[in-house]
Amino acid sequence: MLSIDSIEKGVVIDHIKAGKAMQIYSYLNLDVLDCSVAVIKNAKSAKLGKKDIIKIEDRIDVDLNILGYMDPNITVNVIEGGMITSKLKLTLPDRLVNVIKCKNPRCVTSIEQEIAHVFKLSDKQQKVYRCVYCEQEQK
Amino acid sequence: MRHVIEPTDLTLEEQSELIAEASLIMRNPSRYAEVCRGKILASLFYEPSTRTRLSFESAMISLGGSVIGFASGDVSSAAKGESIADTIRVAGCYADICAIRHPKEGSALVASQFSTIPVINAGDGGHEHPTQTYTDILTINAVKGRLENMTVGLCGDLKFGRTVHSLIKTLSLHPGNKFLLASPEELAIPDYIKWILRDRGCEFEETRDLEGAIGKMDILYMTRVQKERFFNEEDYVRLKDSYILDMAKLEGAKPDLAILHPLPRVNEISVEVDKDPRAVYFYQAMCGKFVRMALIKKLLDL
Ligand SMILES: [Zn+2]
Repeated sequence: MLSIDSIEKGVVIDHIKAGKAMQIYSYLNLDVLDCSVAVIKNAKSAKLGKKDIIKIEDRIDVDLNILGYMDPNITVNVIEGGMITSKLKLTLPDRLVNVIKCKNPRCVTSIEQEIAHVFKLSDKQQKVYRCVYCEQEQK
Repeated sequence: MRHVIEPTDLTLEEQSELIAEASLIMRNPSRYAEVCRGKILASLFYEPSTRTRLSFESAMISLGGSVIGFASGDVSSAAKGESIADTIRVAGCYADICAIRHPKEGSALVASQFSTIPVINAGDGGHEHPTQTYTDILTINAVKGRLENMTVGLCGDLKFGRTVHSLIKTLSLHPGNKFLLASPEELAIPDYIKWILRDRGCEFEETRDLEGAIGKMDILYMTRVQKERFFNEEDYVRLKDSYILDMAKLEGAKPDLAILHPLPRVNEISVEVDKDPRAVYFYQAMCGKFVRMALIKKLLDL
């Protein structure tokens, strides 16, 4: 198994539910980065049995907010100088852009092609997001 | 550049200024007859709403401006298949300000995101209708001389009626207002409105009995109970009469009650009530023009 010591600087996204790494890879748009990215599937985990891990080398500025929405159990370690310099606390992002789609058939997003599906956090406790166009809620 | 997509796009202070300005215009409309000379309103009505369209167009013409646009009848040729984003970008080439009515929720917000001119939401599919709310508060202010310390009755469809929700949200920001909410159980006010009222420390009471509650009201805002909202015809027939306002129900009402209705009315206010001086719904329609004049003037910085 790869260990975090092997990167000098970067971000390690750990405790991803096994099988979900590629989904996260695509939501974070990691395909557009030109730094090296390692996706580790089915790593052994004391906590989860099996887990996925993503390592992003050299970059620590990737916007990871979306992880808080996808799975609050994910942990994020920031590595600098070969050491974990901080553990990011994931919180629910205030806005979700093109992550979930509005299901309200009366919503303008059902007809207008060029607009993004944007949701705003309206209730942190209940994890409720509302479509900015029609205010329909989505949990 | 400012847009008005929902009532709160103007702060409470700006709403007060708007009401003050509309009241000035109402008193002396001829003074404002040239204010928008050379300006053009694009009136983009994707669905029929004759009353709203007429009030916007009349407002612009009364300010000395002109109107271009389309009404639902010719949407097929004007805008069929074209995105709202494209339509508004084109409208911006020909007009200085736009009023848009569209059946989809959020359509006016989309328009504003792509627009080079101020956008006024003239109704987006029963979602928001800010100029109706401004009309309602201008009317109440004109008739009662105040917006606070009143007992406000709302009657009919309190569940789906967004104009009712907007009015409650706005009036609950003014001190000392109480709300009496008369509706059939099926059309009761949604929980989120009740949370807002509790949050703001406003007294409110829900009732199934309009006649019993009418005596306490300073304002009575009537809305239509639509047949489509009921699961079966029997419930509708059984319930609708309790929420129809007639002279008999008005017997116990205050002499200075003000009866409002956003119009169009179907049968929820009996025509015999029209002659009663407490019926102000046609006056309300007139207020709708003056408040839109004030809004157009404000958004054009004139
Ligand atoms: Zn929506």
